[in-house]
Amino acid sequence: MTPTLQVFLIVSAALFSIGLLAALSRRHAIFILIGIEMMLAAANLNFIAFWRFDPPPKQPIGVMIALFAIAIAAAEAAVGLALVIAVYRHYRTTNVDQLDQLKG
Amino acid sequence: MSWIVDYLWMIPAVPLAASLVILSLSNARHKNAAALAVIGQVVALALSVLAFAATLQVPGFRAVRNFTWFTFGEQTLRLGFVLDPLAAAMLVMITLVGLCIFVFSIGYMAEDKDFTRFFAYLSFFSGAMLGLVIANSLLLLFIFWELVGLASYLLIGFWIEKPSAAAAAKKAFITTRIGDMGFFLGVLWLYGRSGTLLFYDGGNGCLENGGLAMLGASATFIALLIFCGAAGKSGQFPLHVWLPDAMEGPTPVSALIHAATMVAAGVFLVARVYPLFSSGAINGVTSSLTVVVWIGVTTALMAALIAIAQEDIKRILAYSTVSQLGLMMVSLGVGGVAAGIMHLLAHGFFKALLFLGAGSVIHGCHEQDIRKMGGLRRLMPVTFVTYAIGMMALSGVPLFFSGGWTKEEILHATAHWPRSHAPYYLMLAGVVLTALYMTRQVIYVFFGNRRAAAERAHESPRVMTMPLIVLALCAIFFSVVLTPAWPWLHGYLTGEPVRFEIARLLQPMLFISLAVVGAGIGVGIWIYRKAGVPDRDRPADIDPLEYAQPGLFRFLAKKMWIDEFYDRSIIAFSWICARFSDWMDRYFWDGLVRGFGAIGQVFGTVTTSVDERGINAGVDETTAGARGLGRLMSAAHSGQIQTYLGAIAIGMLALLLLYAWLA
Repeated sequence: MTPTLQVFLIVSAALFSIGLLAALSRRHAIFILIGIEMMLAAANLNFIAFWRFDPPPKQPIGVMIALFAIAIAAAEAAVGLALVIAVYRHYRTTNVDQLDQLKG
Repeated sequence: MSWIVDYLWMIPAVPLAASLVILSLSNARHKNAAALAVIGQVVALALSVLAFAATLQVPGFRAVRNFTWFTFGEQTLRLGFVLDPLAAAMLVMITLVGLCIFVFSIGYMAEDKDFTRFFAYLSFFSGAMLGLVIANSLLLLFIFWELVGLASYLLIGFWIEKPSAAAAAKKAFITTRIGDMGFFLGVLWLYGRSGTLLFYDGGNGCLENGGLAMLGASATFIALLIFCGAAGKSGQFPLHVWLPDAMEGPTPVSALIHAATMVAAGVFLVARVYPLFSSGAINGVTSSLTVVVWIGVTTALMAALIAIAQEDIKRILAYSTVSQLGLMMVSLGVGGVAAGIMHLLAHGFFKALLFLGAGSVIHGCHEQDIRKMGGLRRLMPVTFVTYAIGMMALSGVPLFFSGGWTKEEILHATAHWPRSHAPYYLMLAGVVLTALYMTRQVIYVFFGNRRAAAERAHESPRVMTMPLIVLALCAIFFSVVLTPAWPWLHGYLTGEPVRFEIARLLQPMLFISLAVVGAGIGVGIWIYRKAGVPDRDRPADIDPLEYAQPGLFRFLAKKMWIDEFYDRSIIAFSWICARFSDWMDRYFWDGLVRGFGAIGQVFGTVTTSVDERGINAGVDETTAGARGLGRLMSAAHSGQIQTYLGAIAIGMLALLLLYAWLA
């Protein structure tokens, strides 16, 4: 059985939703970061899937964008984790519920 | 039987899948975790035995299954699995030793709170290692290589709450990474030159004539770069520093990874890509192989010397591992590939046995310092007997122990190296040293008077002694296929026919190694006969050698100051770089930013005064309105980031719906 494009899109949609759920519902900042990473992975999967099912001749655009996205995601994770550490040092917590300094 | 080649991928896949399932179990279900890991290992062992049986059909059996991973523009990247005697022998050894260690761990880790996590990591490691062995592509091998490195990192730092364990894990990861950097450069270079990373591909693989022809002189440099990776993983000088520190992990891990299997990956890699090393050989000598020989000799001797002065039962074994790996590298370098791999296999059994024996001792007396043990042979009889077997196999006692035969074979190969005889004599010295430090360890741990930690020692439970017995039997009966009278394993690895000829048993090398090992053990017994008891004016806790040669002993006990040297040189250098960057950031760039800030401030002051004096009056009314509106809106700002995120998600959903509705 060869999977069709729809299968990939459904998996990616599921991955995105799980990531979104994690980002919205977890209290721990690192889990939120993980959720965001999952959403990024879903987007990458979409790029690859559309590229894969693109009729030939193919340009490696989908792969290039996915590679860029992975590189940027790595940088984002580094910055994000650094932020979490900085926040932890300052507030002694990583629970985002307690980080409400921006409250209006 | 060749159908097994189509299912080779399952050998690594089963333990990897088991690892994933175990990871999702809770700690309360630790019985299931252990059962799953053991079952995964048993399945892998059964498949490995089937694969092994398949390779017996014809001499020099080799079957390859390649597939396309992806196509990128014009380039096609292909991966594959290979089954040949080298891979099959490694598969059986890894799964068999792995199984013994898994069972042993059930007893050893019974009280640990992270029992399931431990078994998940163990399974993960086993799967990665098995994948490494059957990879038919340098890239696939590299992927599994890194997975093995990750598993090692996770397992060394298993007791992550211990700062020393965390530091050791980091050190292992970074040190091996230095080697892997070279390895990866070698992979890229090889791909650039030959356009393929497959080992065997119907004559076009990079290890076959078609690929080697395209490499030309660059093969030497590629081989040396790949050897960097092998040196990192197999703890060769100067990248050996991580291996002794890796003893911070639980003892079964030391047995599985840092003795029997993972560290063997480097030796295996060199054996696997041997055609790269030997391409363009004159009389069996190439410059890359010569480098391998001298690195191996340096490592073997240095580690054996350091092992004499260590006090931690596991550290002695760790240095012994480093030394034995050096010996294997020498064997590969002088052209004795089969001998090196045979020693690797035999070493896998008896070193796992020794480490598990050490684990049993540690479990029994909750102490790792051999000076505080003593007289354990009556308290832990099973451990003692099996440990003694392991010790004699490692020392290379001829005739009955597997290590003796393989060591003889290596010495034999080294003696015939055309370039120099120095490695041969240095290796003989290494054998003496090996016998010496193992005798010292056994006397300290099992003989003499009972010291502090030996008082409350007890024999380990059955689940721990059974694997010891199995491995001890392996260490002895493995020699059946190793003897010169019937060198079946040698023939199996090289594909040459084998005849049974009892007369070949008695050859000069047998008597040389008998004399050398006898000398090592004899000197050991003579020096350490009164170890642990006060003798003349020497206190009980001072090593006899330390008493005689305090300066030399200290030099060896401090591991020849290599760690300190790295601290002062490489680490100090990167520390200075970091301090410099920090200083630049703090003072130079910050200064620039502050300067621009000051300019902005001046402008700000000017505009403020214009604002306040000139424009202000009419604006006040507007601001009052805006402020009211702002107060209204600020209620929506809860400060909770997740509320904002939710709002964004809802907004996106609304836009999507709008789009769907309009289209």
